[in-house]
Amino acid sequence: MDVILTALGLVFQADVLLTILLSSMFGIFVGAMPGLTATMATALLVPVTFFMPPVQALSAIVSATTMAIFAGDIPGTLLRIPGTPASAAYADESYMMAKKGETELNLGVNLVFSVLGGLVGVAALIFMAPSLAELAINFSSYEYFWLALLGLTCAILIATEDALKGFIALLLGLAIGTIGIDPAAGVPRFTYGNVDLLSGVSFIPVMIGVFAVSELLRNAPTINNAAHTFAQSIGNIFTGIADVFRRYWVNFLRGSILGTVIGALPGAGADIAAWVSYAVSKRASKEPEKFGTGHIEGIVDATSANNSALGGAWIPALVFGIPGDSITAIVIGVLYMKNMNPGPSVFLQNPQFIYAVFIVFIIANLLMLPIGWVAIKSAKRILSVPRNVLSPIILMFCIVGSFAITNSDYAILIMLIGGVVGWILEENGFPVAPIILGLVLGEMLEQTFMTSMIKSDGSILPFVSRPIAGILAALTLVVWVGMAWRMITDRKALPGAA
Amino acid sequence: MTDLTRRGFVASAAAAASAGLIAKPAIAQSAWPNRPVTLVVPWGAGGGTDATARIVAAILEKNLGQPFNVVNRTGGSGVVGHSAIATAAPDGYTIGMVTVEITMMHHQGLTDLKPTSYTPLALMNEDPPGVQVKADGQFKDIKQLAEFIKANPGKLKASGTGQGGIWHLALVGWLNAMGLKADAVPWVPSNGAAPAMQDLAAGGIDLVTCSVPEGKAMIDAGKAKSLAIMAAQRNPLFPDVPTLNETLGINYSVGAWRGIAGPKGMPADIAAKLTAELKKAYDSSEFKDFMKARGFGTVWAPANEFADFMAKGDASMASAMKSAGLAKS
Repeated sequence: MDVILTALGLVFQADVLLTILLSSMFGIFVGAMPGLTATMATALLVPVTFFMPPVQALSAIVSATTMAIFAGDIPGTLLRIPGTPASAAYADESYMMAKKGETELNLGVNLVFSVLGGLVGVAALIFMAPSLAELAINFSSYEYFWLALLGLTCAILIATEDALKGFIALLLGLAIGTIGIDPAAGVPRFTYGNVDLLSGVSFIPVMIGVFAVSELLRNAPTINNAAHTFAQSIGNIFTGIADVFRRYWVNFLRGSILGTVIGALPGAGADIAAWVSYAVSKRASKEPEKFGTGHIEGIVDATSANNSALGGAWIPALVFGIPGDSITAIVIGVLYMKNMNPGPSVFLQNPQFIYAVFIVFIIANLLMLPIGWVAIKSAKRILSVPRNVLSPIILMFCIVGSFAITNSDYAILIMLIGGVVGWILEENGFPVAPIILGLVLGEMLEQTFMTSMIKSDGSILPFVSRPIAGILAALTLVVWVGMAWRMITDRKALPGAA
Repeated sequence: MTDLTRRGFVASAAAAASAGLIAKPAIAQSAWPNRPVTLVVPWGAGGGTDATARIVAAILEKNLGQPFNVVNRTGGSGVVGHSAIATAAPDGYTIGMVTVEITMMHHQGLTDLKPTSYTPLALMNEDPPGVQVKADGQFKDIKQLAEFIKANPGKLKASGTGQGGIWHLALVGWLNAMGLKADAVPWVPSNGAAPAMQDLAAGGIDLVTCSVPEGKAMIDAGKAKSLAIMAAQRNPLFPDVPTLNETLGINYSVGAWRGIAGPKGMPADIAAKLTAELKKAYDSSEFKDFMKARGFGTVWAPANEFADFMAKGDASMASAMKSAGLAKS
């Protein structure tokens, strides 16, 4: 109890509270800007935190990332441009809702369920950190192989119209992912002696390209229609939220729990949590045909999941010094810098700091409600700017965001190529989201398969004989058989329907 | 209107450029640094190299009165960042933190860059590898582990970094010193020390040859233990971990090091000033305290000794990588 009081004393200081407020605003801005991600918000904060006391430094990171993951939903809904990769899974769905005139409901759900999901993640971090960390630490490359495979399967599950075209887009993403140094043998592939290509193709500039730049290209022919603006005005965003909660509280719980667990697994963060929970939502839904037409159900799952994953990712980071995602990979460095060496002893040596982090997490999530509301309100003003003024500004942020990934013009080039390719693909009915998923999970799939085969001396038995791996293998098989079954029955049903 | 502003802009830009052309050489030579300096780091934000670079940059900034901006240029197993340092203008306004990989990558055929592609300024840190195993596993000490490897070549698997990375070569060097071949313990590539330590706990691999500080969190958590370090002396922060020499009689030591260097052809006066400033930073209590807190070793070598150090390291890496089958030619 004393420790909690000390922690409260550490947090409720003018400078810490001011840090939380300023970092939150910074996080909202970074998250809402296409191309500036939550991970980048953290990286940008590292030099600043260098000169701060521990609690203030960690408060800055916690508040900025919490806000950024939610803020990524705003441009996703209004412009069909996900602000961070964590919003990519349902940017299409959100944009469809906006087109149907349900912008308020969509943004309200995104805000409220981000807050609730975030709180579930924090609760797990506070009450279940040791046991969840024990679970997460048992995952070896065999288990991650199945997880990566299940994740890739999501691309097909959420492909709305044409599963085959979704599959082709996924393969394209996987193919691009092979560029760079091979993760297992360390051999350069498709690099042609070019230094930049050695680092591979980062998925963030590709994401900015295929979502944002392609959208700008699509709108270019009518850009001088000055009266035309992107979306309609936004009214009260909190209308109808209670209804959504009553109808989809199961989705909220499922998304939050799934998000927390995926976040706690080393190597998978908020973006993968959103993809998986959205796909699970569609698979479990009574009305899967409504997915992709501007339906709120999957968004409840996914927007809860990506915020709960944030708290989840801190679990292995604090308990074992193993990052749960790319944000905590940086956080661990900051913890070391502040003499809070991660490990179970961090709870014994500096419990007041850890409790202070928990308190900041709760404050940041609660603060998201008013700050998010203001952000949505001001986004409305931005949207009333004529398109021929807004489009170049968006493009500028895309360029800045891409540049920041590699600190060079290489990423800008990737973004521009991604934009043209994405535009051509979408004009021909190919979904672009699976490309991103292929890029994100391709390397993980290859690396886990190769390292597993090295470990087992070429035997595939450990892929199914380890207990958790066996369960995941069975799950993958069930999903695949289910998909095949549905395809066969659909095909039988088709002639009858026609 | 548009024309006018554009012409105005062009004119003022030209004026600024010509002023810069005239003024720049004079100022650059007399009073370096008179504008912000970029410090390139070939590894990601939050890692050990990044943290070391940032503390050095902070001290330089305080003493020299100009911002030292740390820029992370990651990817390509370190090639991208090292190449950014080597290809920058050698005017003293872009320097970088070079790491042990510069003595390794060119043997693998990943790049043409080698230690001589730089103006060496100072060596600041070196960390020896340790031998970590699962805490509740069958191995109680390094002798028992060494006997098991000799009796069962190929049975155990090790990890700690990517294929051909420094910890991989540490393993190969150790095996060679015991008279064993590189494949006596096959290497499982990983994305770094932390994932390897996690895989050790998950039972995916049997030993991890990363540095002891990198494994500290898992050791503290009771998931892993360190059996030995491959260094000349014990680490004062981990006094219970013996060296290979005192346990196995093998006098083998290797390490991952970090130093500061600039592009080749930097003006000698600026380089000398930087080395002097780096010495001041190295001797500061801020640097020492920081490195001690993270468990990082501190080693000092000025420019010329740093060059010799790298040349020696490069030669020993060449033979180690050849024997591991990692060298390209």
